[in-house]
Amino acid sequence: MFAQQLVNGLVVGAVYALIALGYTLVYGILQLINFAHGEIYMIGAYVGIAVLAVLGTMGLTQTSLALSIVLVFLIPMIYCAAYGITLERVAYRPLRNAPRLSPLISAIGMSLFLQNYVQVVQGARDKAFPNLLELGSFQLFGAYVNGLQIFILVLALGLMAALQLFIKKTKLGKAMRATAQDRTMASLVGVNVNRVIAVTFAIGSVLAAVAGVMVGMYYGIVNHHIGFVAGMKAFTAAVLGGIGNVTGAFLGGFLLALLESFWAGYVSAVYKDVFAFMVLVVVLIFRPEGILGGSGGEADRT
Amino acid sequence: MLELRDVHFYYGQIHALQGVSLEVRSGQVVCLIGSNGAGKSSTLMAISGVNAVSRGEILLEGEAIHAQEPDDIVRRGICQVPEGRRIFPHLTVLENLEMGAFLRNDAGGVKDDLDYVCSLFPVLHERRGQRGGTLSGGEQQMLAIARALMSKPRLLLLDEPSLGLAPRIIETIFGVLARIRDEGTGIFLVEQNAHLALNFSDWAYVMETGRIIMGDEPAVLRDSPAVREAYLGE
Repeated sequence: MFAQQLVNGLVVGAVYALIALGYTLVYGILQLINFAHGEIYMIGAYVGIAVLAVLGTMGLTQTSLALSIVLVFLIPMIYCAAYGITLERVAYRPLRNAPRLSPLISAIGMSLFLQNYVQVVQGARDKAFPNLLELGSFQLFGAYVNGLQIFILVLALGLMAALQLFIKKTKLGKAMRATAQDRTMASLVGVNVNRVIAVTFAIGSVLAAVAGVMVGMYYGIVNHHIGFVAGMKAFTAAVLGGIGNVTGAFLGGFLLALLESFWAGYVSAVYKDVFAFMVLVVVLIFRPEGILGGSGGEADRT
Repeated sequence: MLELRDVHFYYGQIHALQGVSLEVRSGQVVCLIGSNGAGKSSTLMAISGVNAVSRGEILLEGEAIHAQEPDDIVRRGICQVPEGRRIFPHLTVLENLEMGAFLRNDAGGVKDDLDYVCSLFPVLHERRGQRGGTLSGGEQQMLAIARALMSKPRLLLLDEPSLGLAPRIIETIFGVLARIRDEGTGIFLVEQNAHLALNFSDWAYVMETGRIIMGDEPAVLRDSPAVREAYLGE
């Protein structure tokens, strides 16, 4: 039981963490909670279904599995990056110097709009995510582990490591950290702040798209509501770890999912969401800045 | 090389710059003195493209630059060391310096300039792995100037470089500024410390409530009763 819940928790944690990174990166630079971020993740899952449908009719899923897997991630990533950049342009940039409540309301509005838009275009019913990876399962310390779980975990950890490397080592990554610490000063050394913000939204959206496709593959089912719950959980994870802190988002994602998973396994599956938010409340009472701290535009604290 | 003509700027409802006109000739050190809230920092931020000018123009070698973005201004060779140094607190000293060279693509040249600024301020080399936020005020001011130099500016805008620093450190910093000036970089200096500014400059302006009220050689201003009373404390 313990090992099984651990495996389940790690897989869900990978998804939470990927989405939480998008919240935390944007918060770090704009001090804005992008409440429409969960919707980007949901759209990623839908685009994944569309890509699989096209690849299926072309017969590519049969002839070249590797290429299909690359495409089913890559196309939603590109699509969602465009969504994220557009979202910032349309809903947040015009309000950049407005009181902080205004972009927040705009974010909630965009979230509702995107949810309803997908409902209108794709229908309100659950959509099946075609099965692409037929991977066998095996037993490890008494837990059933399947290939898809390993795949999700490895891909998520790989992306997180790549993100850390990008932020720490590349010129653009350093510009992101500098912008998070002092936006005006970053522009005074020649950083095009608007471009950095667009890149930040793009990166967050790419990670959310990957999470969306993963969840589609994992549960086999997608609807236009999934962004709301997952977004709330990922936001909770980001706050838990310390919003604005990249490592915190990471840690918060896995921690929240593991706690949920063990609670569901040992206590009650019904109240697992209640438990998750209870943990948030308790943590915030004792550590208002989150486990690792780092609010106030310090996304650099990696 | 730099000219402001009747520049106006509103900070919200406040008419912060009310027709500022001044000129910085190439190779000169020009200073702007005035009391708190006179609009000195607003003037620098307008030149840097952070403050959007509502009327008037800013010319760099005859070309209008007041509608350009801050990164374009840096690209054109004007770099500002803002008030309060504004070091990136969680980047290391080395990373702060690298950020100064953000727009440059000549890796070799950047490396040479790193060595150069570290020779100007050896303490930065010693502290290169430390976070910017852990430096003392004087060290931060040195880092801020070094960071600006990393962009290879033609004109350096300095906002209150002496603020809150010990006399010995001010001396070090102005020694380096003199060296930069002698190497041909123009300097536009904003200072509350009028003694210091007038001694260091070739030309000086006095600002009051958003307007330039005087502009002359430092020696002339030093003899002016109004300046003596208001800014030199005599």
